[in-house]
Amino acid sequence: MRLIAPLTARLPPALRTPRAGTALAFAAALALPFIGRNGAFTNFLADAGAFVLLALGLNIVVGFAGLLDLGYAAFFAIGSYSYAMLASPQFGIHLPFWVLLFVASAIAAIFGILLGAPTLRLRGDYLAIVTLGFGEIVPQTFLNLSQWTGGPNGIGSLDQPVLFGYRFGFNPLPYYLMVLGLIALAAWLANNLRTSRLGRAWMAIREDELAAAHMGINTTSTKLAAFAMGASFSGLAGCALASKLQLVSPDQFMFNVSVFVLAMLVLGGMGNIPGVIVGSLILSALERFILPQTTNFMHNVGLNVDLTNSRFLIYGVILVTMMLFRPEGLIPSRQRKAELHAGQADRRAAAAEGELLTEVIH
Amino acid sequence: MDVFFQQLINGLSLGGIYALIALGYTMVYGIIELINFAHGDVYTLGTFFSLAILTLLGVDSVVHGPALIGVLAVTILGAMILCGLTGVIIERLAYRRLRNAPKLAPLITAIGMSFILENLMLYWRGPSPVPFPQVIPNPQFALGAVTIQAKQIIVVLLAVVLMVVLQTFVYNTRLGKAMRATAQDKDAAQLMGIDINTTIALTFLIGSALAGAAGFVSGMYYGSTWFFNGFGAGLKAFTAAVLGGIGNLAGAMLGGFLIGLIEAMTTQFISDQWSNVVVFSVLVLVLIFRPSGLLGESLPNKV
Amino acid sequence: MALLTMEGVTQRFGGLTAVDALDFTIEAGSIVAMIGPNGAGKSTAFNLITGIYTPSAGRIAFAGTDITGWATSRIAALGIARTFQNIRLFGFMSAIDNVLTGEHARLHANLVDSLLHTPRQRAEEGAARERALAMLAFVGLEDAVESYARNLAYGVQRRLEIGRALASEPKLLLLDEPAAGMNPSEKRDLVALIRKIRDRGITVFLIEHDMALVMEISERITVLDHGEKIAEGDPAQVRSDPKVIEAYLGSPA
Repeated sequence: MRLIAPLTARLPPALRTPRAGTALAFAAALALPFIGRNGAFTNFLADAGAFVLLALGLNIVVGFAGLLDLGYAAFFAIGSYSYAMLASPQFGIHLPFWVLLFVASAIAAIFGILLGAPTLRLRGDYLAIVTLGFGEIVPQTFLNLSQWTGGPNGIGSLDQPVLFGYRFGFNPLPYYLMVLGLIALAAWLANNLRTSRLGRAWMAIREDELAAAHMGINTTSTKLAAFAMGASFSGLAGCALASKLQLVSPDQFMFNVSVFVLAMLVLGGMGNIPGVIVGSLILSALERFILPQTTNFMHNVGLNVDLTNSRFLIYGVILVTMMLFRPEGLIPSRQRKAELHAGQADRRAAAAEGELLTEVIH
Repeated sequence: MDVFFQQLINGLSLGGIYALIALGYTMVYGIIELINFAHGDVYTLGTFFSLAILTLLGVDSVVHGPALIGVLAVTILGAMILCGLTGVIIERLAYRRLRNAPKLAPLITAIGMSFILENLMLYWRGPSPVPFPQVIPNPQFALGAVTIQAKQIIVVLLAVVLMVVLQTFVYNTRLGKAMRATAQDKDAAQLMGIDINTTIALTFLIGSALAGAAGFVSGMYYGSTWFFNGFGAGLKAFTAAVLGGIGNLAGAMLGGFLIGLIEAMTTQFISDQWSNVVVFSVLVLVLIFRPSGLLGESLPNKV
Repeated sequence: MALLTMEGVTQRFGGLTAVDALDFTIEAGSIVAMIGPNGAGKSTAFNLITGIYTPSAGRIAFAGTDITGWATSRIAALGIARTFQNIRLFGFMSAIDNVLTGEHARLHANLVDSLLHTPRQRAEEGAARERALAMLAFVGLEDAVESYARNLAYGVQRRLEIGRALASEPKLLLLDEPAAGMNPSEKRDLVALIRKIRDRGITVFLIEHDMALVMEISERITVLDHGEKIAEGDPAQVRSDPKVIEAYLGSPA
């Protein structure tokens, strides 16, 4: 934010409102593939866009409601496999893409509720480990049920979307524009949620679950709503990406993916929609361009280091260093910043108190 | 029926490994209420450390006689010390700063630590399984149709012995009492003059050292390991700790053996493809129906 | 008319009996207090009423409805609000968001309304904001609408917590040591505020250690010691009860 502030200060006041900023960002995103005119770049944007959708969904669960979901990729898998099973030669079912967008979201949301209903009463850290277990079970199940899911090979030859007779085919541009539309929709919905009765209830639960219950908030069903909403966003992402890649397989949905998306949130700023989008784009770019190109550069100067293998190491380092030194993320929400630094302030206060005590004693 | 008894033996030895790892989870959770996701990776590190020590000693095949005792002692103690120090360093670098932060922060950090350790091991020993030399003569005993291997006996014995030593330490020494006091109430413990930081570091030292021992045992038992081994084993061991009652040492032991048995039986009677699914289902069921575990006590809400 | 009735309510924690066969009634429209030495079971009684604990034995009825064993959120929605001994505001939410959260049970926006910001939702939010601003003015926080709760002064936080509780339009307001840590002038304001709350038709039930304050505003006082009710009556009766004097002077607490 500090980096951007001097730039925005020069804009006329009418362009400094959040709404104008959003419109500008959207226009820029729309123009991007036409400026670049580069198929590979558009292809990247379309893939990265699917992960932005995932990050926006996980942000509802982790950022808004404060529930650590470590198995988010499982819902992504469920959304993707829903599309794959209902729009491929696998069972000879070929439902239209636009219908499946809703169906896959709904199926993912239902699984969110099925997992959440028994587990959301658990304390936060137990929830984390249960979701982690769920994240392991789901791809494993898709792997094991090979008579329906194609086992390790997954399901291929998925249908490509068709809009008013226009076939998306293998051109990345229509996929990108579709994903961009979905991101705009998802960001709008997420922002609406944030500033509503439900969003306040999530915040209240995140801050003090017991006090929230005393406000008449049914904590279990409110948390379920977060799980269901988060899962439904991943259903959208699942459809979008599956239809573009025309393939789903279990290895696309392992624990790494859950942590990848979590790292996007942590890097960008948990709870803050623009932050989460930026964090997501940075990590996608890191994976697709920055690491391979740095590796190339290293090779050219004679260093035999392959950084593409170290992306998971980098996610780990991002999680640890951000949490230790900038827990609010690169582009924080005002509230989260204050919240995450409170521990340090408390500790400073405690330390001061401790010194006082020692002074009194001596 | 013979198959059942054979799997009982296999399950108990598997369980011995899980029990040793589960002790570390339960100790750390008991004292700072953190699921130390990196703990499973410290266990894998224990196997790699053991391997490195054996290489240093120049041992790559079966050793006999008094030399065996020496090799075993050096390797196990070495792995325990190195893992213990790793645990202390992780706590110091990654967790201590976040002790008063919102719960989410240390959990996310722990996931990050786990990723870092896994990928450092990936750099160190590569992505493929790494063989672990057979250093112990492994005679087999037949009880009817059931075969017991010497190394299975060693696993269970080592787990039980370390458990007894730990229990004695925690309940009968000054430091052990400090640990229990800190687990109960940090502020009160501090007022009693207990150094919280040292006590927590000690907890990580002991828990991680036990994981180191488990790492050696696992290498000996399976004959190989790989960098990602700790992820699944860690999850199962955590399940064991929850099943026994988190924070309860005897519970971690009991849970470890039970999870080992469940895994062995699932592999035999259903399919090893489903063993993870079954173990995690156990975790979910325990958390829903008896979150305090088999030996844990339920405590009233603090208001 | 009895607003709240507790019949033989008992709460055991392991071997400890925190509240023992408590019989207790609160009349609608009154200000009543519960006093007793530390550890007498007063907070446990509050926690039983708001459903944090389910009583080991006995029955609790509110406005003619048996609420024994109900979930906290259901009890709150039915019309019992409370404050906490150690203030539990949503520290990183603004004062007005705290109050709006208090209105939760009185608002009807569902998931779809919240997602789409339907006209119905926007109208409801607008009205809710108006009410929240009025509530902040009522408890004297009109100048701190957008401040984070945790940045407010201690006495102000206490008042915000009362405002948040009142926002749920309760029939019964439970105040857990509302005067704790307040100076004499803040206490005077608190007494006035409690009377104003009662004048809105809300029954007030408080736990308090400040005897002068309790004697000044309470119409009835119940005295608890070791989980048992040892006395009950108006301030004059309680003050002269030998059992009460013994409970307070006979034990070092």
